[in-house]
Amino acid sequence: MIEVQNIHKSFGSNDVLRGIDAKFEAGKISLIIGGSGSGKSTLLKCMVGLHKPEQGKVLYQGEDFTRMDFENRIPIRKEIGMLFQNSALFDSMTVEQNIIFPLEMFTDMSRSEKIDRANFCLERVNLAGRNKLYPAELSGGMKKRVGIARAISMSPKYLFVDEPNSGLDPETSIVIDELIAELTQEYQCTTVVVTHDMNSVMGIGEYIVFLYKGQKWWEGSNKEIAHTDVEELNSFVFASPFMKAAKERF
Amino acid sequence: MFFTYFGQYLLLLKAVFRRPEKWKIYRKEIIHEMNEIGVGSLGLIAIISTFIGAVMTMQIAFQLVSDLIPTSVIGQINRDSSILELSPTITALVLAGKVGSSISSQIGSMRVTEQIDALEIMGINAPGYLILPKILAGITMIPALVIMSIFLALTGGLFGGAISGAVTPADYINGITDGFIGYTVAVALVKAFVFGFIITSVSAFKGFYVRGGALEVGQAGTRGVVISCIAILVADYIITALML
Repeated sequence: MIEVQNIHKSFGSNDVLRGIDAKFEAGKISLIIGGSGSGKSTLLKCMVGLHKPEQGKVLYQGEDFTRMDFENRIPIRKEIGMLFQNSALFDSMTVEQNIIFPLEMFTDMSRSEKIDRANFCLERVNLAGRNKLYPAELSGGMKKRVGIARAISMSPKYLFVDEPNSGLDPETSIVIDELIAELTQEYQCTTVVVTHDMNSVMGIGEYIVFLYKGQKWWEGSNKEIAHTDVEELNSFVFASPFMKAAKERF
Repeated sequence: MFFTYFGQYLLLLKAVFRRPEKWKIYRKEIIHEMNEIGVGSLGLIAIISTFIGAVMTMQIAFQLVSDLIPTSVIGQINRDSSILELSPTITALVLAGKVGSSISSQIGSMRVTEQIDALEIMGINAPGYLILPKILAGITMIPALVIMSIFLALTGGLFGGAISGAVTPADYINGITDGFIGYTVAVALVKAFVFGFIITSVSAFKGFYVRGGALEVGQAGTRGVVISCIAILVADYIITALML
């Protein structure tokens, strides 16, 4: 479980996060949603340690990650898998090298064991046989899947996903969402997804945190979101005429 | 402002020299970088050094108008100029442009495409993994390139002098061997070592902290080269003042 307590983060005079509290449970997919500039990516970066919050705590199984130094963070980092918005694959490495890179750094697995693990991860994301391709040779959806394969190579306890559907067609987006849901069940990991894709919200959002102007404005599940009276959330989720019509049918 | 950047640079270096996660992976990277920096720059440094040596010989001969001065002095002047100044400094300035801009752009691109964030999230010491191999390759390969540059500058001088008729090969060889002080090569190697460190670390620093996109990556590359060149010239003066 991951718990964030009273997270504050600002950049200069711009207060991006203003006292966020949330609990993300293991085996569940938690979504952080909100409009552009609401602070959702900043919250995710505070959670994984890429940003240091000015106030507040990020607790992994009760341990305060924000106060740890580099060395003490390593055991937790080894349990983290992350898929970045642009996949962040290492350009100079093949698909296979990308996946086995964390294994090479942190395990004593033999070469054949690492290749087996890479093949398993690639099969898991339906990319078997693409081992020797370079990221530049892959489509956006394939890059995302390789990013997921790399994220699961160390069997993560915590899976963070930043905008998994950005730049993807609706069909591929659903494939990625389903994959994230399956992996969360398979590894029983704490999965936190930052998104503003409404298909994801309705499809996989077991626990949703809605951020508005740097504050937690609402929390609940995808079943509750359709019946909420929170005006800011409604205008975010049901912005288009199509979604408004869909809400009326609920 | 200067002290803020300098402090940030020192903190980055502290992270760079943290104990590597796995030496085996770093070793592979070091060899790769040695190939990129050293072997990749051989041709350029060879051409520049040979021509500088040849041109130096002709210019020294042009300035030596007195019949009282033996022409073998041309070889002596060319030797000391090449060893003490031209080979280390010109090689370093050229490599600051070639290697430095490449390091800044490579690391800067990794920063803006979140590849450095990916390394950090995996628990890998990103400054160590990305920068340490480059620094180690720089401080070993740049002295090697400088040694080669000295040799080629002297050889270029021999041919330049012979072809132009400025000095006979026998006089030139007599000049470069007469009164040779081995300490000057030590000074050149110290300079090359320091310049190698400056080129790789300053360029990596500019790339590592880049913010923005493709435009900023390009600007970081340019700034890295400019700062490296200035730092090389300042270090050149300090080393010369301390060692000679």
